[in-house]
Amino acid sequence: MNVLVCVKRVPMTGGRISLTPDEQEIDVSYLGFTVSPHEECAVEEAVRLVEAHGGSTTVLTLGPQEAVEQLRDAMATGVDRGVLLETDGEDWDPIATTEAIVERIRVEQDAGTVFDVLLFGNEAADSGDYQVGIRVAYALGMPCVTGVKELEVKDGEAVAKREAGGGREVFRVPLPAVFTVREGINLPRYPSVPGRLKAKQKPLERVRPERRTGGPQKVRLVLPEEHRTEVEVLGNGPDAAPKVVELLRRIGVLSA
Amino acid sequence: MILGVIDHDRGSLDPLSLQMLTFGRRLAERVGVSLHAVVLGDEAKEFSEPLGRHGVDTVHVVAEDRLEDYAPAAWAQAVLEIVDELAPEAVLAPGTDRGNEVLAHLGAKAGLPFAANCTSALPEDAGDAYIVMRQRWGGSLLEEARLEGIPKLLTVAPHAVAAEEVPAATSVVVETHTPAFTDEDFVVRIVERIGSAGQKVSLPEARVVVGGGRGVGGPEGFASLEQLAALLGGIVGVSRVVTSAGWRPHSDQVGQTGAKIAPEIYIACGISGAIQHMVGCKGAKRILAINSDPNAPIMAKADYAIIGDLHAVIPALIDEIMRAQGGSK
Repeated sequence: MNVLVCVKRVPMTGGRISLTPDEQEIDVSYLGFTVSPHEECAVEEAVRLVEAHGGSTTVLTLGPQEAVEQLRDAMATGVDRGVLLETDGEDWDPIATTEAIVERIRVEQDAGTVFDVLLFGNEAADSGDYQVGIRVAYALGMPCVTGVKELEVKDGEAVAKREAGGGREVFRVPLPAVFTVREGINLPRYPSVPGRLKAKQKPLERVRPERRTGGPQKVRLVLPEEHRTEVEVLGNGPDAAPKVVELLRRIGVLSA
Repeated sequence: MILGVIDHDRGSLDPLSLQMLTFGRRLAERVGVSLHAVVLGDEAKEFSEPLGRHGVDTVHVVAEDRLEDYAPAAWAQAVLEIVDELAPEAVLAPGTDRGNEVLAHLGAKAGLPFAANCTSALPEDAGDAYIVMRQRWGGSLLEEARLEGIPKLLTVAPHAVAAEEVPAATSVVVETHTPAFTDEDFVVRIVERIGSAGQKVSLPEARVVVGGGRGVGGPEGFASLEQLAALLGGIVGVSRVVTSAGWRPHSDQVGQTGAKIAPEIYIACGISGAIQHMVGCKGAKRILAINSDPNAPIMAKADYAIIGDLHAVIPALIDEIMRAQGGSK
């Protein structure tokens, strides 16, 4: 079985976000980089699927040349090879991103690598577009299950479960298929030192896709108005309890 | 006309659909068009009255046996047929799992761009595009973007606007549609449901959420939070450190990659207030922080605070609430 997992390099935002003066990007001068928690889990799921069923895993990203770091991270936890669709570092909209990914998947197919399972994060940590996985599925004529928290593959078929309203919804789809994964589907392993060393030797291909646009088109980034509250301190330690009961009655959570 | 896609689960209306209708009604008034809604599935005919109260003048009901349960491609196909027939100016859905999923399917089917989780949308001064403001990073950053396409496709960020009834609702016209589906539209559909044992409310619906963070100290520390939540008819939610440490299942997580909550009160115990957590609590009407550190970032977002060790404060709270409830009976 061949598994493709797609990730996106994003800054590790800490307590506060600040923007570049042209308002086009987050100021990343003091920030490290990572992929979203959903995607960390997608990488882990890819490695587990191939551990259980045999085959090979490929990690793909569209991003600047520095995104090699995220590909090596994935390879350090067991992914076999990496593909970088290299950009100049600017944002690509979801339609443009989809087209570049689909083009690459077709090249892989023509070279003999047919993917049975395609994994994405449910949504990118930064842009939160909620659509690239679905668009890729349509372009390739595959079914897509989103928000997956449990995935089981057997005999050319997958059973995927997702959370909804305190329970789980079950989907059964034929492979090949696209799944967008949510954090919690597994607990990702940490890369070992030998894993990191091995990752450096694994094959990594770089391609420069042609820049295109599809929309929506970013105009600028805006920091939301900070909703700072005037905090009312009800008290210190256990003595504050009666004040809390008073508050809960006032707002109707406790009956008066 | 502006068309709003209603999110419901087998006839149970997702309340974020009503917020989306209020957003849609204001946009429709601005553009000078009417507001329609589309409901997938037969059991949802009775929605027409609440939808009317939120400004909808025509409800399109799509009836078909196979729509008895959710199938995203079929939902999108049905909306697409109505779009082809009635040429709406924009198609809106709530920024729920299903809302975002269905509009992404619609965008892929129709080859149109789609803007997820918008907090505002206005037609641009010259030209046909909309200028939208949309959420990035779960809402800790906004993006102003140009959205093109006929129709415009967008979802409305949860709690960007409050649902508002119209003063004089007129009677709603109900139109039934029977689109031509293919089997392919039903390849992805719910084939089974697994209920969670005993859990009555889910995090997004809970009226009271008792949150626990690193300060809880370990899995056994949650017993008192559970007790407090149960007394208030609420539920326990946690920050990401707690699930990463394996103290609680990921399904309890509140934040950017977990649940988004909107309770009357969020009682955050031993939670520092990282932005990735706080974007999940934006819908909370009030936040009460219980924290031993008066300078924790959460204090800037909280309405009320108790400075102290949660392991001493929560038992005292439980006693006080039990006494109060005993007294009122």
